[in-house]
Amino acid sequence: MRRLEIIVSRLAWFVPTIVGLLIIIFTISHIIPTDPVRVLAGDNATQEQLDALRKEYGYDKPLPIQFINYLKDVATGNLGISIFTKRPISETMWHRLPATLELTFAAVFLSVLFGIPLGVLSALKRNSLFDHVLRVITVSGLAVASFWLAMELQFLFSMNLAVAPLNGRISGFGPDPITGFFVIDSLLIWDMESLRSALSHMILPAITLALPAAATIVRFTRAGVLEVINSNFVLYERAMGIPWPLIVWKYVLRNALISTVTQIGLIFGVFLSGAVVVETVFDWPGIGAYAVNSILQSDYKAIMGFTIWTGAIFLIVNLITDIAHTLIDPRSSQ
Amino acid sequence: MAELLAVRDLTLGFHTDAGLARVLDGVNLTIDRGQVMGLVGESGCGKTTLARAVLGVLPRHVTDISGGSIRFKGRDLLALAPDVLSREVCGRAITFIPQDPYGSFNPVFTVGTQIMEIMKWKSPRREAIGWQAGMPALLQTYPAERRRADRDAVLKLLDAVQLPQPEQILRKYPHELSGGQRQRLMIAMALLPEPDLVIADEPTTALDVTIQAQILGLIRRLATERGVAVLFTTHDLGTAYEICDAVTVMYAGQDVESAPTDVFFTRCVHPYTDRLLASLPRPDGKVAGIPGEVPSLVTPPPGCRFHPRCDSAAADCRAARPPETASGAGHRVRCFHPRVRAAA
Repeated sequence: MRRLEIIVSRLAWFVPTIVGLLIIIFTISHIIPTDPVRVLAGDNATQEQLDALRKEYGYDKPLPIQFINYLKDVATGNLGISIFTKRPISETMWHRLPATLELTFAAVFLSVLFGIPLGVLSALKRNSLFDHVLRVITVSGLAVASFWLAMELQFLFSMNLAVAPLNGRISGFGPDPITGFFVIDSLLIWDMESLRSALSHMILPAITLALPAAATIVRFTRAGVLEVINSNFVLYERAMGIPWPLIVWKYVLRNALISTVTQIGLIFGVFLSGAVVVETVFDWPGIGAYAVNSILQSDYKAIMGFTIWTGAIFLIVNLITDIAHTLIDPRSSQ
Repeated sequence: MAELLAVRDLTLGFHTDAGLARVLDGVNLTIDRGQVMGLVGESGCGKTTLARAVLGVLPRHVTDISGGSIRFKGRDLLALAPDVLSREVCGRAITFIPQDPYGSFNPVFTVGTQIMEIMKWKSPRREAIGWQAGMPALLQTYPAERRRADRDAVLKLLDAVQLPQPEQILRKYPHELSGGQRQRLMIAMALLPEPDLVIADEPTTALDVTIQAQILGLIRRLATERGVAVLFTTHDLGTAYEICDAVTVMYAGQDVESAPTDVFFTRCVHPYTDRLLASLPRPDGKVAGIPGEVPSLVTPPPGCRFHPRCDSAAADCRAARPPETASGAGHRVRCFHPRVRAAA
C-alpha cells in the first residue's frame, strides 16, 4: 500500500520541518533591532522595570535556553502568552481560526466553481474570441494586487452602490458560536438575518481572494485539458461513439485535474495561512489580520505561533494533495 | 457477397504549416459483409487516415474533405450529422481496435468501468431495455436490468477472447495488465456491440512478436465465427497473408490494387505491388528495395503518384490517374501499364 507509505513518510517529516522553521524564525526575530520589552514597557520605563519585565517573560536567559524552553512549550501545545494582550496565543488563534476557515472555504469554492468549467471551455474553444477574452481576464486576475482589487470592490459595491458592507464579518455580534462559522451557525439556529449579514460581509473579501485563485485554476485546467484531449484514449472513446459531453466532463476532466489539484492545494495553504492583505483591508477578524497586528506590535511569540501554523498548514495541505493524487490517478499509488 | 462499405473517390487533405498535405487522392475501397480486408501500405501512405475517415474521427480543424463518399449499408457517413454518426454508427455498427491498446485505455478508470461505459451506450440491447431517447448524455441512466444482461455478455466475451478470471480483470487499471491482455480486452470491446464492421488499425504493432500471432488468430477466428467484416490496416504483407480474405494496397494516398488474398500473392499486376512483394526478405537473405523515395504529400507528383519510381511509367501516367480496371474476379487495378503475367 503506497498510500499508507506516503502518509507515514510525510508525518515523519512533520516534526523536523517545524523545528527547522522555528530555528529560522526564532533567529530572525531575535536579531532584528526591536526590543519587545521596550515596546511593551513604553518610552518612560525605568531600567528596573525593563529588567523585571525581561525576567517575567524569560528574555533574560541566553538565546539557546530561550529556544529550548520555547520548543518545550510548543510540544505541549502552548504557544506562549502574548506580550501585548497577555492572553495565550493559541487561544487567540483558535478563536480567530473559524473566520479564516470560513473565508477560505468560500473563496476556494468560488474559484473552483468558476475556474474549472471556464478552464475546460477555454480549452475546447481554444484560440476563439472566448478563449482570448478569458486569457486577458485571467492574466489580469493574476497580475492585479489584491489590496488594490479589495479597495476597488469596496469603492464600487460598498460606497457607490451600497449593496455590500464595507468591512467586518457580520453586523452586530453574530449568532452564538456553535461551530464558529457564522454561516453554519446561523443556519443551525435558522437565523436568516444573521445568515444574510454573514454572507453579504463575506462576498467582497471572498471575491478578492477567489479572482487570482480562479485565474490559476483556469490556466492549469485549460493546459491539462489540452494535453489530455489529443491522447489516444480520447480518440478511442470518440471512435466508439461515447457521447462527447461525457468524454469531456468525465474522462478528460479526471485526467486533466491531476495538475489542477496541486494548485488548489497550494491555494488552500495560502488562504489558510492568512490572507494577510485581504483580511486587513476588510478588517476580517482572522489569522492573517492577527499576524499583521502581531508584526506591527513586535509580538514575537505571536509571530512565531503564526509561523508554526503556516508551516503546519502547508505540510497538511501537501499531505492531503498527495493523498488526493493517489485517489485520482491510480498509477501514482503503485 | 453483399457490399457493406464502399469508399468512393475519397479525397481529403490536412492543413499543415507547409501547406495542404493531400493525404488521400480519389481512394476507392470496398468491403463485403463478413470479409476481412487488409489495407496494406508503407507508413504515411494514408491507411490510418482512411480508417479514421470511416470512423469519423479525423481532426476537425485541420481536415479538408474535398470529395467522395463513404457509403456504409447504403448511407453516406460523410453526409451524416456528427451526433447521428456518433450515436448510431460509431461503436455500434462500426467499432474500433486501436493500434496502441495501452494509450487507448483511460489510465485513471478501471477497465471494467470503461467496458461498461461502452455497453451503456452501445449494447445491442440498448433500445430494448430502458433507453431514454433524446435524453441529454449526462442525464442518461443505465437501467439495472440491462446492466446485468450486458455484464453477462461482457464476461462471456472475455472468456471468448481467452482472458481467464474476467471478474478480476474488470477490477484492474490498464497499467496493471499486460499488452496482450489489453489488446484482448480491446477486441472484446470491439465485438460486444455486435457490429457489422470492425476497424483494426495495426492492432499488433505494439505487441511482442509471440503475442502478435495469438492476437491475429483471435481476430480472424472471432470475425469468421460472428460474420463480422474487418478492415485491417498493416504494413506487414505476411500478416495480411495470414488473416485477410482480400488485400487493398495503397501508395502515397492512392489505392493501386485490390485482390482476393490468393490472387494478390500470386498474380498481382501493379508495378508497385510487384516491387513490394519483391522487397520481402528472401531465404537467401537478399532484400530488393524500391529505388527512389516516397513523394511529399504537399507537392505530390501528378497522375499516378508512383510514376517517378516506376520502370513502366509513360507520359499517360503523368497526365492522369489511371481508372480502376478489372483484372479478374474481385481483382481491380489502377495502372495504364500493368505487368503482363504468363499463365501459370
